[in-house]
Formats: sequence, structure tokens, C-alpha cells
Amino acid sequence: MANEPGEMRSSVGRRTGWLFWTSMSGLGGLYLALIILLVVVDFQYASLSDIRTSLADERVIFSICLSLVTCTLAAIFSVWVAVPTGYVLARLGRDAIERHLGQKPGLNRLARFTRQSVDTILDIPIVLPPLVVGISLLVLFQTGVGRSLDQATQSFFSWIGFPGIRGITYEIPAIVLAQFTVAAAFAIRTMRNTFEQIDDRPELVALTLGARRFRVFHRIALPQAWPGVVAAFTLAWARSLGEFGPILIFAGTARMKTEVLSTTVYLNFQFGNLRGAVVASLILISVAVMVLIATRLLLLGGPAGRRR
Amino acid sequence: MIRIDNVAIQQGDFRMEELNLTLPDQCYAILMGPTGCGKTTLVEAICGLRPVSRGSIHLGQTDITRHAPFDRNVGYVPQDSVLFPTMRIDQQIEFALVVRKMPRNDRRKRVAELAELLGIGNILERFPQGLSGGERQRVALARALAFRPRLLCLDEPLAALDANTKSQITALLKRVHRQEKVNVLHITHSPTEAVELGTLVFQMVDQQIIQTAL
Repeated sequence: MANEPGEMRSSVGRRTGWLFWTSMSGLGGLYLALIILLVVVDFQYASLSDIRTSLADERVIFSICLSLVTCTLAAIFSVWVAVPTGYVLARLGRDAIERHLGQKPGLNRLARFTRQSVDTILDIPIVLPPLVVGISLLVLFQTGVGRSLDQATQSFFSWIGFPGIRGITYEIPAIVLAQFTVAAAFAIRTMRNTFEQIDDRPELVALTLGARRFRVFHRIALPQAWPGVVAAFTLAWARSLGEFGPILIFAGTARMKTEVLSTTVYLNFQFGNLRGAVVASLILISVAVMVLIATRLLLLGGPAGRRR
Repeated sequence: MIRIDNVAIQQGDFRMEELNLTLPDQCYAILMGPTGCGKTTLVEAICGLRPVSRGSIHLGQTDITRHAPFDRNVGYVPQDSVLFPTMRIDQQIEFALVVRKMPRNDRRKRVAELAELLGIGNILERFPQGLSGGERQRVALARALAFRPRLLCLDEPLAALDANTKSQITALLKRVHRQEKVNVLHITHSPTEAVELGTLVFQMVDQQIIQTAL
């Protein structure tokens, strides 16, 4: 009898615990079911023999290979830009600005304003409709600067033995640039959040131990940010794989030249071949899942990943 | 000798003016004061982690006021150790020596020497995750001592330790001060620590540093 109130509380606690976790995971579960359903209906629509036939098509193989190469390049460039940019944005908070510049109100205000402006500008590719990114890139490469870049790229590729690539616009570099333009913004945001969550005091201690800024960044900050680097890479890669609008406008959809998996889906759909579009979509999903799993397994064995 | 002359520091809306402090060689100085009076800010300024808006800081004959933290030769042990999370303990201790391009054998010798002095030989190959508070403080001390700094700043090194570990680390600090012949500036709230460790005791009151009797 003495234990009854306690038992009742414990039983109520178990019930509310069960209710809490069920309600919290319910919405996520519905979303998960939607994703699974989408993939399942795609698999039901196209048979295995359709997929086998598609994989025997050299056009499809070309677009798979081109997608893998361009997405990887765009993701590498995105992370290369995102790591230092995210670090600067994360570390130049109010305290850091005063720490580095001293208490100079005018200079502090200018630094804060610059940081906020840069932050906003870097978000533009995220909020812009993809088609606008493509059109803007196309217009950029109609200007003097763009043409010079086009020529310089053509010279570079003929110098390294790829005379077939005649500049950027409507060529393979246009795919990488279109993917990079959007993916880098996502990678920068990821890296900024990562560095913001990392305590900067170990870096300050490392400075007192005699290390210069570059070494502090390389030996202290970067190893801690490694899981964030992996996340930024995978996000940029996945974003590049799904990119379609800017590629369509800026790189075109020339078969066996600038056709990537997302444009294969579009071309098939455009020509009324729904089954072909679904098969290309399934290949796209399979490639994405395989590469993302492999990347995570491979990269999370890195310096910080091993201990997580 | 360490000399702080008329130093002014501003941190946000918090401002300290006309701070003066002189520490003779081989001293173990204790700096006490209420929470929020600016002790940590002053230590950060000495280490070069906060800019000084006026005044000067001399280490011996060298004016280090405008020196970057890496050029000051001042060791720093922050309040909660702040170990490097992705480095093994031996790598943390030899970090300052690697930066100074010390030959590998000399580095190993110094790490072994400090590990023996601080009683951390058994954890050299471990990472900081899972170390006890006392072990973390020992490692932070070893890391700051490795490059033989002229001044060692300790920011409340015993604050978060239990009574038993506190007395062990107190004894250790005495031994470190004696063996390493390093000047120490130790921030604390505890009069007991001041009596047990200090050769000089200062109080920070109303933004002034006053020497008090032990």
C-alpha cells in the first residue's frame, strides 16, 4: 500500500514518456514514409529490365560519369571556399572584433556592418530561383570579364591537352560553375554553423603557446570541424547532383557533351518518355545514396571522426 | 620582473583604468578579487589575448604591450583547462615545442620530464575526453610549462576540483614553481590558496590592484 502513489506516478510517467516520444517522432515518421513511398512507386513504375537496358546505353553511362565528375569537382571547390569563409564569419563576432581591433567604435561598427552584409550576400544563391542563377551566369559570360574568362579557360584546357573544351559557356566547366555557385552557399552556411559551435578558447590558448594563426587554424580549429567539413561536402555534392535549372540555361543539354543525370531525366520527360525519365531518376537516386554513404564512411574515419 | 604600468583595458561596456602591478623575479603572486572585477580580463591582456588601450606591460626589459600572443613567452592555464580535443596528451604538451621547431628527441625528453613532474606519465597516449578534472589541470599545466615561459598565468586552476585533488594540485604547483623557476600569477577567490601558495598577494578592489599581507 505504501508504494501505491509511487507506482502510480511511475506508471503515469511511462505513459507520458511514450506519448511524448510518439508525438515527437510522428511527423518525422510521416515524412520518412513519404520519401520511401516516392522511391517505391518509382521502382514499381519501371522494371529491372528497363534499368538494365538504360545502363547499357552509352548516353546514360556518359551522363552518370559526367554527373559524378562535375558534382565531385563542385563539392571540392565548395568546401575549399566554405572552410575559410565559414571560419571568418563564425569567428568575427562582436567579442572577436574587439579582441582583434581593440575598442575603436567606428572600426568595430564598420567590421560588424561588413560581416552582416557579406553574410546576406552569401545567402543570395540559396534564395534565388535556380533559373535566375543560370540566366545571371549566362549574362555574366556575355560581358568583357566573362569573355576573357572564357578565353583563358579555353587556353588552359588546350594547354593541358583538352582542346575539345572551348571555354566555359555551354561546355563542361559551365556545369561545374553552375553547380558550384549554388552548392558553395550551402557549404558556407554549414561550415559557419560548425565553427560557431566550436569553442574558440583552445585556439586562444594555442596562440599563447607560440603558434601563428595559420597553424592554430590547421592544427586546432580544422580537426574539430572535420565532421562539419564532411557534412558540407556531402551537402554540396547532393545539391550539385540535383542541380538542374542553372545547368539547363548556362551549360545546355547537348547529348554526350553537357548532359548530366538531372538533364537526362528532363530530356526523357520532355520527349514523352516517362518510363525513361523514371529509370533515369532511379539511377540518380541510387548513385546519390551510394556516393553519400561511401563519402560518410570514408571521411568520417578522419581526425575527429574516429573519436565520435 | 613583470611590470604593468597604468594599463587601461576596455571589453564591451566594461572598462578598467590605471592598473599597476609589479612582480619581482621568482615570485608566486596571487591576485584576488570579487567575481566580475576584471581579473581574467587582466590576465588575458598580459597573455596578449585582449588589446590594451593605454599603458604598458614589461616582461624583464622587454615591452610586450603590442606583441602578439605567440611572441610574449607567457604561459596560460585557463579556468577549465581548455585542452585541445583532437590531440593526444603528449601531442598537447609538445605542441609549443613543435611550433618552436625543437628537435624530436629534445621534445620527447621535455615531455617525459614534465610528465614525471606532474604525474601524468600513464595518460600520455590518451585523448582529453574522459580525463578527470585533476588530470586535465595537470595536462594544462604541462602544456603551458613546456616552452619554459617567463611568466605562467593561472586562472583559478583549483576552482572546480574536489578537496583531495585540490590539495594534490596545490602541492604540485609548489613543486612546479620551485623546480621550473617560473614566475607565477595565480588568480583565485580562495584565501586558503593565497596563504598556501603565494609569496605575494594582491587584491583587485575598485579597479585598483593593492598588495596585501599574507
